[in-house]
Amino acid sequence: MDKKIGVYLCSGCDIGQSIDVEKISKLINTDKRVALCKIHSNLCGKNGIEIIKKDIEQENINAVVIGACSLRVKSEVFSFDPTKILVERVNLREHIAWSQTPQNDDTQLMAEDYIKMGIAKISKASIPTPSISDDIKNTILVVGGGISGMTAAIEAARAGYDVIIVEKEEYLGGNMRNWYKILPKNPPYKDFQDNNIQDTIEKLKRYSNIKVLTSATVQSISGQPGKFDVLINQRENIVSEKIGSIINATGWKPYDASKIEGFGFGKYDNVITNFMFEKMISDSGGKITRPSDGVEPRSVIFIQCAGSRDERYLPYCSSVCCAISLKQSSYIKKNSPKTNVYVIYKDIRTPAQLEEFYKERQHEGVLFMKGDVSNILEDQNGSLIVRVENTLIGDSLNIKADMVVLATGMVPNSDEKILGLQYRQGEELPMLKYGFPDSNFICFPYETRRTGIYAAGAIRQPSDSKTCIEDAKGTAAKAIQAMELCEVGAATHPRVGDLSYPIFFIQKCTQCKRCTEECPVGALDEDAKGTPLLNPNRCRRCGICMGACPEKIISFENYSIDMVNSMINEITISEEEEEFKILVFACENDAYPAFDIAGLNRINLNAKIRVIPVRCLGSVNIVWIINALSKGIDGVMLFGCKRGDNYQCHFIQGSELLNKRMENLQEALSRLSIEPERVQVLELAISDYDSIPKMVNSFIENIESIGPNPYRTF
Amino acid sequence: MLNKSVCIIGGGFSGITAAVESAEIGCEVYLIEKGPSLGGRVAQMYEYFPKLCPPQCGIEINYQRIKKNPNIKIFTLTEVKDISGKPGDFKVTIKVNPRYVNENCTACNKCVEVCPVARLSDYNYGLNETKAIYLPHEMSFPMRYVIDEGTCLKEQCAKCVETCPYDAINLKMKVQEFILNVGHVILATGWEPYDAKKIDYLRYGQYKNIIRNVEMERLASPNGPTNGKIIRPSDNKEISSIAFVQCAGSRDENHLPYCSSICCLASIKQSSYVRNQYPEADIYIYYIDIRTPGRFEDIYAKAKDDKKIHFIKGKVADIAEDPDTKDLIVTAEDMLIGKKVSNKVNMVVLATGMVPNGIKSINIKGISYDDFGFAYADSDDSIGVSIVGCVKKPTDVADCIKMATGASIECIQTIEEV
Repeated sequence: MDKKIGVYLCSGCDIGQSIDVEKISKLINTDKRVALCKIHSNLCGKNGIEIIKKDIEQENINAVVIGACSLRVKSEVFSFDPTKILVERVNLREHIAWSQTPQNDDTQLMAEDYIKMGIAKISKASIPTPSISDDIKNTILVVGGGISGMTAAIEAARAGYDVIIVEKEEYLGGNMRNWYKILPKNPPYKDFQDNNIQDTIEKLKRYSNIKVLTSATVQSISGQPGKFDVLINQRENIVSEKIGSIINATGWKPYDASKIEGFGFGKYDNVITNFMFEKMISDSGGKITRPSDGVEPRSVIFIQCAGSRDERYLPYCSSVCCAISLKQSSYIKKNSPKTNVYVIYKDIRTPAQLEEFYKERQHEGVLFMKGDVSNILEDQNGSLIVRVENTLIGDSLNIKADMVVLATGMVPNSDEKILGLQYRQGEELPMLKYGFPDSNFICFPYETRRTGIYAAGAIRQPSDSKTCIEDAKGTAAKAIQAMELCEVGAATHPRVGDLSYPIFFIQKCTQCKRCTEECPVGALDEDAKGTPLLNPNRCRRCGICMGACPEKIISFENYSIDMVNSMINEITISEEEEEFKILVFACENDAYPAFDIAGLNRINLNAKIRVIPVRCLGSVNIVWIINALSKGIDGVMLFGCKRGDNYQCHFIQGSELLNKRMENLQEALSRLSIEPERVQVLELAISDYDSIPKMVNSFIENIESIGPNPYRTF
Repeated sequence: MLNKSVCIIGGGFSGITAAVESAEIGCEVYLIEKGPSLGGRVAQMYEYFPKLCPPQCGIEINYQRIKKNPNIKIFTLTEVKDISGKPGDFKVTIKVNPRYVNENCTACNKCVEVCPVARLSDYNYGLNETKAIYLPHEMSFPMRYVIDEGTCLKEQCAKCVETCPYDAINLKMKVQEFILNVGHVILATGWEPYDAKKIDYLRYGQYKNIIRNVEMERLASPNGPTNGKIIRPSDNKEISSIAFVQCAGSRDENHLPYCSSICCLASIKQSSYVRNQYPEADIYIYYIDIRTPGRFEDIYAKAKDDKKIHFIKGKVADIAEDPDTKDLIVTAEDMLIGKKVSNKVNMVVLATGMVPNGIKSINIKGISYDDFGFAYADSDDSIGVSIVGCVKKPTDVADCIKMATGASIECIQTIEEV
């Protein structure tokens, strides 16, 4: 695009008291890249905005550099037609006026540098043209026909979308088909409710826009959101479908109780699991008998956490087993109140209103005993003897019963082949430990690491049917959003609506495969030679591929290697020995806002720093660092999000990957004889704004002790 | 008139999520918040369990989503007065209370410098003060100051009006009423902490060094009243011991009969705040059952590895204060050894539960409230209204977000099905 750049400087909010705005204006007016430069004392006010708008209309300004407050505020007023006008916000307020010593040469220089960097940035940017394909398909594939899958299908169908549901069994309904009753959903929460799974199945069948394929599995999935090619194997017949987005609702299986030592499961007929107990009652229509002789038991012991919350077996809690045992003990008590029912537990976990359900069982006469079961034996009469340790009365004791029910936990079905993704990075959703799909699971629980593919229900976390229903609704919403965004070529979460996408100058690709390996969402496939093949609809626009590429062949229309290098080139390097300059790369989602909040709190920051926000720390290419150091910048700080198991990166691995790239950087630095201490990667959360001065100052002290960068004088 | 629009009542994390998800699925969104800023209770938290990461990180992303989406209109300081009509065609009457600060505000803080009156900070649960004109918090949305109706001297003073360089303060602002015509309504009014003063034997409000879990979040936060230092309120001294009292009023027929689901996890999380600042402090956690479902079990397992975190199964019966030291003597029946135990600690945190913030005064067809005040839908297939977050059940943030995301599809269904 033919650019006509207008620079608008605000002198309000202490900016005018902190720096000499006139002086900057004079400097900018000599810059050939800039068409005009104006100063206003309240740029975000109606009059200020009018001036900019008038210049857009009358002077044909189409690239607006606003030197005022942070881009995080006043975006509603500094907003012009995004299809025609580029906007670059230079943060003179939070990062300078509010955090630097006023009227000082260093502060003035900082402001000049930032404005020049803004001009350099906008000079290299263009308005992104989205990658749009016209054959976007709006059909959702749901894998798994249990309660989660059926709910997702019905919800999407109700919203007017087509759904194909693939179920490996002959019938819909999943595990829930075996439930006799279900946990209470509505007040007064005291008793179980009828299992309405058949109603759900009937309801699903009424939707003509849901196609049900039973006795079927997914053979393979290739392509990308909006245009997945899915092969489905139904009784050895291969069906091919075009799909827009996918929901994995393949659920769970009961933990294998025979793995639990000393409990006699598989050895004694009358030691059964909660799953078997439920199915038995469901099949018999409410009749309770013990397996060995078909006689109604007079005493039953439920053993909670059978294998769960135990490092040897299933370390996590399955959330539902306490409530399930309460439900099952109620079957017994309602059937024959005189039968002794014991529940042996570590902690009874009945969150929220389920507490009422627990209390009601106490009224029904179920006996609760805290303790750890060490073993189960059968005596010569066929009675079971349960050994309980660490009871509340301190001692160990034996309890006799006719039948024992092991409350075993839920294991996600993620060990099976589910999706068969023809992705370079593997066939299934990447997982966290214990086999649950990886996601930023607190704030953005639906974001898996495969765009347009969402996980619902017990595959994601152990849950009861009510929770699965709630969960599945959300995945249906996400699946719809993904398709709708593909339609307009826009990114999904977290850069929702972003129209830019990575462009590869493929002639220069050396097939090193770093981009295809590092992409956190598996957006890139490879051809036979190892050349990357982009699937734009899978891409989340984080720029990690751009950061990974040693050949610098990946760029976005509004974010590129060249752009950031040219910003770095604007930083004034002084020949004065004590005039140090530190470049800071800051993750725009967390670290950059932390700098803003430091400013909001008027926390004084060192004037030697120059901050460049990046989409993700993983998008930092080491070329930028080398460029900065070889032009004389004394040190580079990289602020990203927490790494490791409890990662906070919105692109999952960005800061982790950048940290790994530092090894390659060390080589390059030693070739240039630059001390490795001049570059440091740090973790900075948005709430850590108060620790910025300490982090920055201690880094700078260290740099000062090393001395000026020798390249400054070259 | 049928329209693909939704009114979301409540601007906490549930409401914000419902707003962005609904807008991104193609609806026109009106987000109503009664306070001066979005963010809700979550904005008052220091860290989330189990990752121990700051909630502001997710709030920031959601604010970015709001700013990018022209289909979201936000009304702060706004209450709902009436809802009439039917699915697909509701009329929501809203009352916008005066902020006395208009959109010219740049958050420059000049007004605060001249304001002569102070008020207790509700953001910090009254643990410190702000001026009568103030910024709700650093993650305020909108990033705009507000005047506290109750404490401001208005025209008698008006120093802020003279000082404001941007003509942003107008003390004559009046209450305004509007009617929104929307297809769908989402109730996301959240919760408030249980009033611990009602639990006499736990002495909250009587002894200064007894605080609630919500206040602990503020003490641990860098933007809190102590700049993030956990010190005890009576004398601002550092601590060497602390007790967490679980089920403070919860699972108790006289107070909140239900379990609030998150308090065990919150206390385990807060014990990590204490541990980070005091590597040697003794931490006592008195509990009935430790409830850390699913993968949350991992953070309980980690806490159990800490030899100076003492888990005591037993309900606290009494808390007494040593008048000289202001230390507290916590007495409970230790059920595992069958004896009464007393421990002297510097500070006590009551793990109080969540009370739903329903709006029972407004009749919303299709929504009922249970005995505890939690809202529920009359039918599984109802259309036109959704209930999300802690007004539905006491739960954690991720669960609220799932409900809120699910509600976004219900907005479209309403239009499809009426």
